[in-house]
Amino acid sequence: MTTTTRAANVAAEVQGQSNGQQGREVERLSMTASFSRYPGDWYSHTDLGFSTEDVLAMYRSMLLQRRFEERSAQMYSKQKIAGFLHLYIGQEAISTGSVQALRVGHDTVITAYRDHGIALALGMSADECMAELFGRIDGCSKGKGGSMHFFCREKRLFGGHGIVGAHIPVATGIGFAHKYKGDGGVCICYLGDGAVWQGAFHESLNLAGLYKLPVVYVIENNQYAMGTSVDRAAADADLYKQSISYAMPGSLVDGMDVFSVTRAMRDHVALARENQPSVVEIRTYRYRGHSMSDPGKYRSREELEARKNQDPILRLKAYLLNGGLSTNEELDSVDRSVKREVNESVEFSDSSPLPPLEAIYDHVFTEEGFPFLR
Amino acid sequence: MAQLQLREAVRAALVEEMSRDADVFLMGEEVAEYNGAYKVSEGMRDRFGPNRVIDTPISESGFAGLGLGAAMNGLRPVIEFMTWNFAFVAIDQIINNAAKIRYMSGGQFSFPIVFRGPNGAAGQLAATHNTSVESIYSCFPGLKVISISNPDDAKGLLKSAIRDNDPVVFLESEFMYGMRGEVSEEEDYLIPIGKARIAREGDAVTIVGHNKSYWRAMEAAEMLEADGYYAEVIDPRTIRPFDWDAVVSSVRKTNRLVIVDESNPFASVSSEIAFQVQSRCFDYLDAPVRRITAKDTPAPYAKNLMTYYLPSAEDTYQACRDVLYLD
Repeated sequence: MTTTTRAANVAAEVQGQSNGQQGREVERLSMTASFSRYPGDWYSHTDLGFSTEDVLAMYRSMLLQRRFEERSAQMYSKQKIAGFLHLYIGQEAISTGSVQALRVGHDTVITAYRDHGIALALGMSADECMAELFGRIDGCSKGKGGSMHFFCREKRLFGGHGIVGAHIPVATGIGFAHKYKGDGGVCICYLGDGAVWQGAFHESLNLAGLYKLPVVYVIENNQYAMGTSVDRAAADADLYKQSISYAMPGSLVDGMDVFSVTRAMRDHVALARENQPSVVEIRTYRYRGHSMSDPGKYRSREELEARKNQDPILRLKAYLLNGGLSTNEELDSVDRSVKREVNESVEFSDSSPLPPLEAIYDHVFTEEGFPFLR
Repeated sequence: MAQLQLREAVRAALVEEMSRDADVFLMGEEVAEYNGAYKVSEGMRDRFGPNRVIDTPISESGFAGLGLGAAMNGLRPVIEFMTWNFAFVAIDQIINNAAKIRYMSGGQFSFPIVFRGPNGAAGQLAATHNTSVESIYSCFPGLKVISISNPDDAKGLLKSAIRDNDPVVFLESEFMYGMRGEVSEEEDYLIPIGKARIAREGDAVTIVGHNKSYWRAMEAAEMLEADGYYAEVIDPRTIRPFDWDAVVSSVRKTNRLVIVDESNPFASVSSEIAFQVQSRCFDYLDAPVRRITAKDTPAPYAKNLMTYYLPSAEDTYQACRDVLYLD
């Protein structure tokens, strides 16, 4: 790490094993890899230079994501929203924490299909996000993308991508362009634990390491790739160690603590600004199913309840109250204002027009008048 | 006019566009230090430096996607596939990302990128190294597909492709890289995408052929001329968007259509041409549309089988005689 940090540095030594045969000794190879760990409950807001107002803004950001998605789940059951709806609930400390490390509007962000949280954390409006879920013309992707495909050129959100792992090479190229143009920007690429086992991830890390690209690959390890737990998918469940093969730093972060996420992401973004790509594994948990149709029978109720006790929003709330930074009354009023914003987004979306049928031919090409077969 | 090999014409287009626009770069396997597997990019690394002519590891999915991200973030990449056969491991990037992200973003992002390399049969290389991919990529709205048959078109169309703001699949040919031809020396020589070329005028039958098949069409037309019949030969040059007007107005004149297409037959480019022509000018047809394609098999290795596999001028000539009811 280039910056001073209270992160525990963990050195791992990997040794080749002697085959034990008689005769000529097999040469033993050894290497040392360095990783950093960012545990929870380790950083205070003042360590990170946050004012009370900053922390309250982070609390509101996380709560907005939570209430937005709770409401969108309701709207899904009312059939106002169709298709797949993958909820981010439980993972909000990652989006909110990492945005603290970014120059929003300059740095670039790309993620997979669980994309509502980062969109809101970047400052996209609940209106444009909800309207996209409703498939309306005022949606952030004009009703062409839906839940999995939020985009915002202004906030530099390069999607919302539905094919697991397919966006990771794109992130690598976004970073390539930052470096080629010398614009000082970095690209944050979020991916799930399941995407680690796509070849695209490994090809991307190798290219980024080879060309020294300003990209941070953030593995949001929510423990399950749909219904497959990490230990049923990974030969080595410590996903951050994937960085070794690509000569990059790797870190392990407690994703239920927004401050730990902030600290880690600031360090890794700083590396990226020096054209050093890296891997961050942030361990988190999604409370809901993979999508709305998933009852989550692959995990126990006890496991789920235990995880909910580590809820990142409740944790920050306790931090605010216990530290005397805020009061229950103040936090209740934050909740009311968030709920109002979300309710208004539903009204906005309900009244937003459907895209006109002729719009089906818009946005396929930049060129006007492409001769589509009709 | 200059006499150039097709590879030199492709290179001329790359060099001119890279000189004109610093956002254009070339990336692919062996394009830089090795000077290109087929010597298309010979000398370009020395001229533009390693930051703009970039060697990659053998990671087609990775560098195809890298190109897309670079295009999305403001650059104009040219991504070379050593051959299009190797692009199959990158096809998710081309079909799901290049063709669709712009649409799913509601038009917020665009992809000014060219994917280029040799396509189709390249000799006794067996099944995996002889694929014609044009019908595959033409299936997906969001991609433009260009397939060239000569050095002049290679230069003029590649320059247009690089300046185009949408993703272009640009298909060349190993067999044709050494082919010489006249190439315009006009400054900023741009051939519009989507315009066919009437290579030879005639009134007896229309023959449509692109890439190497264009030459089979021309050979068949010459054989037919010896019989006293004049074929009109059309090189579509662009598969998507296709110049339907050029083919339809020719068929209205000749009343007969033969298509030569190196693709495997099912759902090929020739299938779509035949469908469009019958729906647009059915009443003008005096014979069923005929096509000569690769056989409905993977490409074989044995020399005699490979010759048999590919469309031939003789078969094309015979198809023309058939639609003229000469035998």
